Amino acid sequence: MFHFPSWTLTLRDMSGGVLLLAPLYVIGLVWFGASPKTTDAGYQPTQPIPYSHKLHAGDLKIDCRYCHNTVEDAAHSAVPPTATCMNCHSMIFTESHKLTPLRESFETGEPIEWVRIHDLPDYAYFNHSAHVNRGVGCVSCHGRVDKMEVVWQHEPLSMGWCLDCHREPELHLRPQSEITNMDWAPANQREIGQRLKELNGINPPTNCSTCHR
Amino acid sequence: MAGKTYAPLKGIDNTGDVPGPRTPLILENKTYGQITEQVCSVVEDPKVHRTWLLSFMAAVTFLGVLFSLIVYLIVTGVGVWGNQIPVAWGWPIVNFVFWVGIGHAGTLISAILFLLRQDWRTSINRFAEAMTIFAVVCAGTFPGIHVGRIWLAYWLFPLPNQMLMWPNFRSPLLWDVFAVGTYASVSLVFWYMGMIPDLATIRDRARHPLRRLGYGILSLGWRGSARAWHRYERAYLLLAALATPLVLSVHTVVSFDFAVSQLPGWHTTIFPPYFVAGAIFSGFAMVVTLAVPARAFYGMRNIITMRHLENMNKVILATGSMVGYAYSMEFFIAWYGGNKYEQFAFMNRAFGPYAWAYWTMVSCNVITPQIFWFKKCRTSIPIMMVAAILVNVGMWFERFVITVTSLARDFLPSSWGYFHPTIVDILMLIGSFGLFFTLFLLFLRFLPMIAISEVKSVMPFPKPTQKQPSEVESAPVPSVN
Repeated sequence: MFHFPSWTLTLRDMSGGVLLLAPLYVIGLVWFGASPKTTDAGYQPTQPIPYSHKLHAGDLKIDCRYCHNTVEDAAHSAVPPTATCMNCHSMIFTESHKLTPLRESFETGEPIEWVRIHDLPDYAYFNHSAHVNRGVGCVSCHGRVDKMEVVWQHEPLSMGWCLDCHREPELHLRPQSEITNMDWAPANQREIGQRLKELNGINPPTNCSTCHR
Repeated sequence: MAGKTYAPLKGIDNTGDVPGPRTPLILENKTYGQITEQVCSVVEDPKVHRTWLLSFMAAVTFLGVLFSLIVYLIVTGVGVWGNQIPVAWGWPIVNFVFWVGIGHAGTLISAILFLLRQDWRTSINRFAEAMTIFAVVCAGTFPGIHVGRIWLAYWLFPLPNQMLMWPNFRSPLLWDVFAVGTYASVSLVFWYMGMIPDLATIRDRARHPLRRLGYGILSLGWRGSARAWHRYERAYLLLAALATPLVLSVHTVVSFDFAVSQLPGWHTTIFPPYFVAGAIFSGFAMVVTLAVPARAFYGMRNIITMRHLENMNKVILATGSMVGYAYSMEFFIAWYGGNKYEQFAFMNRAFGPYAWAYWTMVSCNVITPQIFWFKKCRTSIPIMMVAAILVNVGMWFERFVITVTSLARDFLPSSWGYFHPTIVDILMLIGSFGLFFTLFLLFLRFLPMIAISEVKSVMPFPKPTQKQPSEVESAPVPSVN
């Protein structure tokens, strides 16, 4: 009579271990899948010009809308053209070698090839003005840009992340006057948000046609 | 059968029951050992038979065709099929329903006939279960590749994800995922569990250490103790009881793919039982188609006897008549319901551009099985082979007729069309047979095609030519089974 080879007993014990490890594996997989890294959060490419938001928005306190001037009117928030930079840099740091690409762009008319960080797929139609005009501050979605030497993607921009806010906007709504204020962080956010939500009739849609037009 | 006797066919006629002792299911008065030898020798034969090898090579070729076409499909897009608007479900879905239907006889034989204590199932159940598994593999392929974006097919599963999106549980196509998934896994467990004692037998007989190791691992250390057998029987009964509602529900869910829609010709409440009857009908026809050559080729005529084949033909007759009833009922309801779209749908089937398909279906599915009212036909190998193949052709056409004719002409005459299959459609259907037969031939070669332990349970007690237990006590420990 053939006996089950005894070394398979170790296999059997190992299979017990595998069964124990399986839930860990699943949890790990979910953990990894839900990790911000998976959705590109933290993406920080090198830009053609080492432009510092920390310097301009943070230290110099330039309002966000000075450069990103279409954000209240258009679906797309503009990256400023070379001309906007040259408003100041035709006279400031005219010799800086860091700004060489800027001057070249101004002379040749060729645009600077900034690397886009917040890149939604083209089947998702995001509208900046719809959010900015209803009390969603820059900081809610882009993080503390005024403290970023080089900008990175702060939030996952995943659909689940969008829906979280559309289902509970009171956690992020702020008065219109504080839209570009990066420091604004009230203790009673939920209360304020709730009041603003009712006052302005904010009822974010969660159906498909809102974004996937 | 009382009062009438039939001339014995070649050899012993065990197809009739005479009052008194029941005619045996297993012929030739073999001992347990001889049955083991007979079944195991197929698997143990060191020589690869030429016929097997040639069939296997042919099957693998068609399998290769299927795989290359799937790659071609994924790279190019679903437009390589003849599917168009209005007929967006063409051959792939027809093939899917066809193969799922084929798979149903296996579970019917192994589970429902087990619950009904039909002893004749023991000779064919292994066979039929293997057929189920392989048919479900073929079936599962088609909905998988039928979606235009195969790489997103995992969205069908309710997995937590970064989109906070879940599948819509109202769609029968999603129920299909669960139904076919459950069906495949339960059938696999059922088949494998039933095979463990037989695998242990092959393990015990194996000479080569590699074979011993392989079958040793597959048989999971089965020793055939009374306690193990007791639990095995309990588990088998439970699985049979679980698989029985599955047989009925899986094809019901498949029928919902059509019945839940509002298309005239699809929106019918008769579909669930009618599809299930059709599935059993085609499945049994497939078992006959496979069993007849296999029993001849491997010399299993004494185990899969004429009585088994006759019983299967009776099931084919019964379910074929149910299918025929459903066909006529569809027409009756179309007339009786007074809905002009439905009336048109059925007139279109019988007399429209697809009349050729409709009448092929009717002649294969309704007329052909009626010959099994005659015992001569039920017990004649050539007749039953032809009939079984015709039934399978007919059942393929049934799915084709239901799917395509209803879609091609529906509510708006401006969206009428005619379906033209492409060469990819045709080769994929043939390729799916390649997949099926590749797996089936591998099964015949490497696994016991007859449930040895179950067949022994329906055999008459071994003849006294076998040694009595008292005589073997001093001998070395006998092998299990």
